[in-house]
Amino acid sequence: MSANLVALAYLVASVFFILALKGLSSPVTARRGNVFGILGMIIAVTTTLTLTENWMLILGCIAVGGTIGAIVAKRVQMTAMPELVAFMHSLVGLAAVFIAIAAINNPVSFGLPAELPMGSKLELFLGTFIGAMTWSGSVIAFLKLSGRMSGAPVVFSGQHMLNLALAIVMIGFGLWFFFSDTTNWTAFIVMTAIAFLLGFLIIIPIGGADMPVVISMLNSYSGWAAAGIGFSLGNPMLIIAGSLVGSSGAILSYIMCKAMNRPFLSVILGGFGSEGAIVSADDGEQKTYRSGSADDAAFIMGNADSVVIVPGYGLAVARAQHAVKELADALLEKGVNVRFAIHPVAGRMPGHMNVLLAEAEIDYEYVLEMDEINSDFSNTDVVLVLGANDVVNPAANIPGSPIYGMPILDAHKARTVMVVKRSMAAGYAGLDNDLFYMDKTMMVFGDAKKIVESMVKAL
Amino acid sequence: MIGDIDPTIINLTVFVLAVFVGYHVVWNVTPALHTPLMSVTNAISGIILVGAMLAAGPAETDWGVWLGAVAVTIAAINVFGGFLVTQRMLEMFKKKEKKGSE
Repeated sequence: MSANLVALAYLVASVFFILALKGLSSPVTARRGNVFGILGMIIAVTTTLTLTENWMLILGCIAVGGTIGAIVAKRVQMTAMPELVAFMHSLVGLAAVFIAIAAINNPVSFGLPAELPMGSKLELFLGTFIGAMTWSGSVIAFLKLSGRMSGAPVVFSGQHMLNLALAIVMIGFGLWFFFSDTTNWTAFIVMTAIAFLLGFLIIIPIGGADMPVVISMLNSYSGWAAAGIGFSLGNPMLIIAGSLVGSSGAILSYIMCKAMNRPFLSVILGGFGSEGAIVSADDGEQKTYRSGSADDAAFIMGNADSVVIVPGYGLAVARAQHAVKELADALLEKGVNVRFAIHPVAGRMPGHMNVLLAEAEIDYEYVLEMDEINSDFSNTDVVLVLGANDVVNPAANIPGSPIYGMPILDAHKARTVMVVKRSMAAGYAGLDNDLFYMDKTMMVFGDAKKIVESMVKAL
Repeated sequence: MIGDIDPTIINLTVFVLAVFVGYHVVWNVTPALHTPLMSVTNAISGIILVGAMLAAGPAETDWGVWLGAVAVTIAAINVFGGFLVTQRMLEMFKKKEKKGSE
């Protein structure tokens, strides 16, 4: 195939990738979007195959990898999506490093000059360093998310200084690599090793609850790594696809930070709430709250006109989404107007709660985003909060509160509030929640799944 | 004149424009589909497979080719896993759509 034809085929594939993302603007067009993505990938791979000689080897490897990918995709639990996504980010990072090493070893096979020019070296440096950081960072994120490693932040003094020093040393070896006349493997290998170490060090201080931001950020990195390799190989399709992914991850990180009211930098530097959480400790006063049984709660909901369910992280942990579906059905049967209100950080990654509810076959028409439902809370009879805390804390409206300014679901505006929770313990932000002490609030203590199941029985 | 431009500059042009396209397309993604967005972008970043294929491409097999072959396998996990899990998630959003319209 001529170089021009290859470039045109790559252009078509790039357009398909853009259409794949565009399809996700609505659940109706999303599946078609995914098909576009698959078509783009088929075009890209077949075109590239014509440029290679080891067909059997390559197709064999694709078959092996593809089978593994298909099995994983089929078996993964929806609650484990964050782990899967982190795992896949790590693969992109590792592949980027391998490709960069192969390119330095044999530049000619990539259409690069045998003696690498400085520009190519710089691009390879960027691709490798982003790829290596993506790999080790994602491995840590994966271990934390899957519970194989504690989600608690690992902090030690001088952490930021150490990272900074390592980054400077890494750039130093990078420079040595650029300015060496021949291929300087020592410089390259040391540089890559430091990049691996940095990815590891940057993610360990980030706490479990900040994971939605971390996953989005690593999503972004994996895209930039692909784009970096695209620069090294002078392949516009890789640059386009990588940039799409990179900007997507960046936007998701921004949305997550905004929803948690956390500056991006402080998430990245880790150690949440070192200034806020301590100040917010109890003012010593014993506040009173009302608690009730699941039967009482079911009775009140059964007689209400409208119920809004606010699912949170606790629901995902308890895997109660199917029980909630039954509850919603039972209420709908009684003629109650049931809706779900989703806060942007509900769940463990962006949009996670929507997928969990979709898995339980809850119609997405009933599932509303924060902006869509907030004005309706004042007309709602009952709000049922399931395993959510900070996202319904009215303290976010009080200046001076550590979470002041965080967008919340206005559950406190409803006529009656019911909160299903394990205990009165504070949420992630370490704050007491005034919502729990309001006269109209009833606490129902216990495991979200069991409580919801007994509510269904009572109805 | 085009011939005088360093290819890196042309790549940079493509890069900047692609970031703008990505920015505008992604802001239009409905928040309900942010998890499928992540899994599909996972699959799309598997496009690095193309680079891995070139690494595994030369007929003269040295260690670089084998490294490329490993990269092909890894990237293929991403491509297949990413698209298939996205498909699976989107099917869940589909079923209820049908029920709703019935």
